[in-house]
Amino acid sequence: MRAYLILVHRELRGYLYALSSYVTVAAVSFLLGLGFVSLLEAFNGETLNAPLTEVFYDTMYFWLVLLVTPPVITMRLFAQERATGTFETLMTAPVGDATVVLAKFTAALAFYLVTWLPLLLCLAVVRGYIPEHHPLEWRPVASTFLGIALLGGVYVALGCLASALTRSQILAAVLALALGVTLFLVSFLRASVGAGTGGLAAVVNHVSLLTHMEHFVRGVVDTRPVVFHLSLTAWLVFLTVKVVESRRWK
Amino acid sequence: MSAEVPAPEPPLIEVRALTKRYGRQVAVADVSFTVGAGEVVGLLGPNGAGKSTILRVLAGFLPASSGTVRVAGRDVFLEADAVRRQIGYMPENNPLYPDLRVGEYLRFRARLKGLSRAACRARVDAVLEQCGLTDVTRKIIGTLSKGYRQRVGLADALVHEPRLLLLDEPTIGLDPHQLRAVRDMIRALARERTILISSHILPEIEATCGRVLILHAGRILAADTPANLRRQLRTRGEVVFEMAAPPAELEACWAGHPEVEHCACAPVDDGHVRCVLTPRGATDLRPAVYALAVARGWPLRELTRGQQSLEEIYLRLTRPEPEAEE
Repeated sequence: MRAYLILVHRELRGYLYALSSYVTVAAVSFLLGLGFVSLLEAFNGETLNAPLTEVFYDTMYFWLVLLVTPPVITMRLFAQERATGTFETLMTAPVGDATVVLAKFTAALAFYLVTWLPLLLCLAVVRGYIPEHHPLEWRPVASTFLGIALLGGVYVALGCLASALTRSQILAAVLALALGVTLFLVSFLRASVGAGTGGLAAVVNHVSLLTHMEHFVRGVVDTRPVVFHLSLTAWLVFLTVKVVESRRWK
Repeated sequence: MSAEVPAPEPPLIEVRALTKRYGRQVAVADVSFTVGAGEVVGLLGPNGAGKSTILRVLAGFLPASSGTVRVAGRDVFLEADAVRRQIGYMPENNPLYPDLRVGEYLRFRARLKGLSRAACRARVDAVLEQCGLTDVTRKIIGTLSKGYRQRVGLADALVHEPRLLLLDEPTIGLDPHQLRAVRDMIRALARERTILISSHILPEIEATCGRVLILHAGRILAADTPANLRRQLRTRGEVVFEMAAPPAELEACWAGHPEVEHCACAPVDDGHVRCVLTPRGATDLRPAVYALAVARGWPLRELTRGQQSLEEIYLRLTRPEPEAEE
C-alpha cells in the first residue's frame, strides 16, 4: 500500500512537471469553452426543459474531450519508461507489477478528472446569470461527473493497456484512440440492430456508451451501466498487469 | 561465546545451471558460479555474451528459463521482494528520470525500496555525501553531465544499503577523469560490499575485481583471478633488448640457441640494435641475454620480458572462430 501511494505521488508529480500536461489542460479548457459558447447560444432567451448538462453533452466537444484526452494522458505511462529504460529500475525495486499498474492508472485517472474541472466553472457561470427557476440542479451535475469518471476509467485503463504494449508513445496514443473510438462507435449500431430482440441487440444495447452517458447527464443513475463500466475498467487494468508481467514468459 | 568453528557462510550469489532463452535464441547457456560475501567479481565478455542477461536475472527483472539463482540463500524468483531489498542494481546505460531533481529522485527511490521517512532522509544524505553529489542535490537530473548521472545511479543502487551491488557497465561512455572517479568509488565500496560488475573493457575489471568470469556466447570460458588467468594462459614471453652490437653477429649468436624459436634484429640509433627474441618453451631468456652482454662486452641498455596482458587473453578466448572446428 505504501509503495502504491509513493508511486501515485511520483506519477502525479510527473504530470505536474511535464509541459504536455499544461498543454492538455489548456486544450481541454478550450474545447470545453467552445462547448460553453454553444450552450449559451442554445440558452439564448429561451426556456429550456432539459437539464443544462444534457445541453452541454449534446455538443460534439464533450465527446471529443472524452475520447481524445485519455490517450494523450496515458501514452507516456509505460511506453516512456520502456523507451528510457527506467522500466528496469522500477521493476527491480521491491514492488509488485500490479502495484505499479494500479498506481499509474490511479494517477492518470486523477489527472484526467482534473482536466474536466473547467466544466464546473462553466456551469457555475451559467448559474450565476440565469433567473431563479434554472434547470441547473446539483444532482444532474453530480451524475454527469459520475458518468465522466466512469467512462474516463474505461478509457484511461484502455490507454494504460495500449501504453504497456509498446515503447513508442505515439503508437500507444494512436492505438488507444483507435480502440477507444471503436468502442464508442459500437453505440451507433443501436440504430441498425438495437431494435431487434436477438442476443446481438441485447449486447449492443448493453455496451452503448452513448446511452449510458445520456442517462447520466439527465441525472439518471442506473446500476447496470455503473457495474458495466467498473467491470470493464477492472478487466482492462487486469490485462495491463498481464502485459507488464509478460516479459517473464516471453 | 562457543569455540566451535562457525558453519561456513553460504555464498551470497549461487547460480546453478542458469539458462535463459529469448524465444529460440539462447542468451545464457548452463552457467554456474558462486560469489562469496565480500568478493568483487567481474563479468567480462564482448557485447551479446550474456552479461546483462545474467545481471537481469539476478536482479529479478527476468526469470531464468531453467536453473536456480539464489541470493543470500533465497530464490530470486520465488522470494523476489526479500531478495530485491538486498540488491542494489544499476542497469546498463543507467536509466534515470530526467525530470526529477537529484535529491527528489533519491528520496523517491529510497521510499520505494521500503525505507521509512526518517531512515530515507538519513540514507539519502549519506549517499549524496558518499557519491560526491552534495553540490548538485537540487539540480534536475536531465541537466547533469554523464559522470554525475553515473554517480546518481550508484547512489540509487546504494541508498537502501544492499549487501550486493550489481553494476552493469558502470563506466561506459565516461571520459578518463570521470572513469577514474567512478572506479575509485567502486573500489571504496568494495571494502564493505559484495559487487558483481559487468564490462567489456578489460582494464576496468583488472583494476577493480578480485576475480573474473570470462563469458562468451552465453557460456563461461574461464573463471579465476586476473593474475592466475594471466599465468595459466601465458605461453610466450617475448624478450626485447637493445644492445650496442653488430647486427649480423648478434643474430648469429641466437640462431643456434636451442631455446630460441625466432630472433628479429633491427638497428636503431647510434650503433644500437633492437632485438626481439621468441622463446621455444616457457623459458625466461633474460639471463641468457645478460650473459651474452657480459661475455662479449656489448653494452646493454634495455632488457624487458613482455607479459601477456589480460587483454590478449581475453581477445584470444573470445575471438569469433574463423572456421568451425569439431
